[in-house]
Amino acid sequence: MVEADHAKAQDILEALKEGGWTTATVIASAAALERTLTQQDPDIILIDLANPDRDTLEHLCFVSNARNRPVAMFVDQTDNAMTQAAISAGLSAYVVNGLQKDRIKPVLETAIARFSMIAKMQSELEAAKQALADRKTIDRAKGLLISARNISEDEAYSLLRKTAMDQGRKVIDVAAALVTAADLLQ
Amino acid sequence: MKSSRIHCGYLPLVDCAPLIIAKELTFAAEEGLDLQLMKQPSWSALRDRLAFGQIDFAHMLSPMPIAMSLGLGGVTTRVDALMVLSVNGTVIGVSADLERRMQSTGWRNNFSSPEATSEALFCATTQPLRIGVPFPFSMHRMLLETWLSQAPRYRPEQIEIVTVPPPRMADAVRSGALDIFCVGEPWGTVAVQQSGAAMILPGSRIWEFAPEKVLGVRHQWAAENSATCAAMIRALSKAAQWLDQPENTPLAVSILARSQHLDLPEHAIDPALTQRLTTRLGQSPRQTDRFLQFYQGAANFPWLSQASWIAAFLSRWHGLDHAAARATARACFRTDLYRDALAPLGVNLPLASQKPEGAMHQPSAIPSTTGEMILGPDGFFSGAVFNFPAENSPKN
Repeated sequence: MVEADHAKAQDILEALKEGGWTTATVIASAAALERTLTQQDPDIILIDLANPDRDTLEHLCFVSNARNRPVAMFVDQTDNAMTQAAISAGLSAYVVNGLQKDRIKPVLETAIARFSMIAKMQSELEAAKQALADRKTIDRAKGLLISARNISEDEAYSLLRKTAMDQGRKVIDVAAALVTAADLLQ
Repeated sequence: MKSSRIHCGYLPLVDCAPLIIAKELTFAAEEGLDLQLMKQPSWSALRDRLAFGQIDFAHMLSPMPIAMSLGLGGVTTRVDALMVLSVNGTVIGVSADLERRMQSTGWRNNFSSPEATSEALFCATTQPLRIGVPFPFSMHRMLLETWLSQAPRYRPEQIEIVTVPPPRMADAVRSGALDIFCVGEPWGTVAVQQSGAAMILPGSRIWEFAPEKVLGVRHQWAAENSATCAAMIRALSKAAQWLDQPENTPLAVSILARSQHLDLPEHAIDPALTQRLTTRLGQSPRQTDRFLQFYQGAANFPWLSQASWIAAFLSRWHGLDHAAARATARACFRTDLYRDALAPLGVNLPLASQKPEGAMHQPSAIPSTTGEMILGPDGFFSGAVFNFPAENSPKN
């Protein structure tokens, strides 16, 4: 498994070990992947769909003369449901030694389940962060309106909301535009 | 008018500028498009998301739609190139150590001599040269091969091409993992600033008119969403035209630096757009004409002969039938959709859809829809000219 985030890597390794795959190992980056492939001779490589190292892995699939040339799992679309599940979980897999499908499936199912869980937690965290950032922007925009027009906080919010509705935009977009404009005018 | 929301994937490089300008200066909105730009972590991820319909459009390396249509990499998907987004813009650099060894052969860097530079490269080392490119299916790799394979001392076993994500190019050069790299801006400039690398050649000195990025879209989706595709072509054409006017360059740098899409400072964006590159730390910038082109010389026209040129590499690398690969490639480059989208605007378009690649060493007049237009130069450093058979492309 190629994963730079140590905690995430351990989490997935544990899940795989619980599933009975005890020989899984982690490398932090694909920089030395070609050497690692030769040394460890893996059956399957798991990597986050969003990991920039995937481009290096793709190169090994198409350019290297390595004996063990990896093949992206997407190429074999016989199990479309599995492919879709892997993609929505943000997981990509490369099969190296022509591993039999009945052996790939349980490994992938375990990894997909764990990837989905981690992805869900991350997106919840990001949504919370975004909500907080939006709140701050709207508060700043309200503050600007309060001092510029000498109105109350409720009136400032109503004004933002009315402007947003009139223009068919979101309140946060109107607030962000106001804050940007104020910064530029300073 | 209700605007339609579309998702376009891109990689944070200076040459995605037409997309950002189309959004920020509202060229897209004026065409009724609510353009959502989706930053992607890698070319593989961008390719997969396009193939699986998670994005509608993509800023792609010019060989990618052809490679995908030929079934090279990822899921085999017919992907079309609606237009060229940028011409040229890549830079080749070497590690500080290799530069010293090249200088000891008597070579001096004028950033403009392909032959003398490749001679110095092969004289400077007996070990195979490790060369980093951003992706296996890239113009970078094709330009490197075009350049190095012409050197008298070249032997295939003397170079080893590896893929390194552009943001990691500087580290790989510093750590000695790479001797040479070919990359788009800002990553060449970053390698000079952070790793003491030296730029030795702009890609435009190998080929003066290399299609670098294209606008990719699934073939099937394009058929079902022709009005949206036409609107996107028009918006990007206007953005490209705006970008290529020199008086707009300072504002363009500022918009790209301020927008959240790139997350790069002005000094990283400025060299490519002003065409003034600092090739070595501490030296004054070098004026590099036609370093990166967005509009001039029909830069956006998806020439069938460019598709043929790319197909020749892909079929050679992967042992495919040349004529079949070329036919697939030509079907990817949608001159028909490009013409249909821009004809109503009165944009000057070439009458022909293919040209000899490499024949124009000077700007030259060719027949166009409004009389004539100036193209070129589009020469190769070696003087090579590629005349591809003018077969009809299969029905799209």
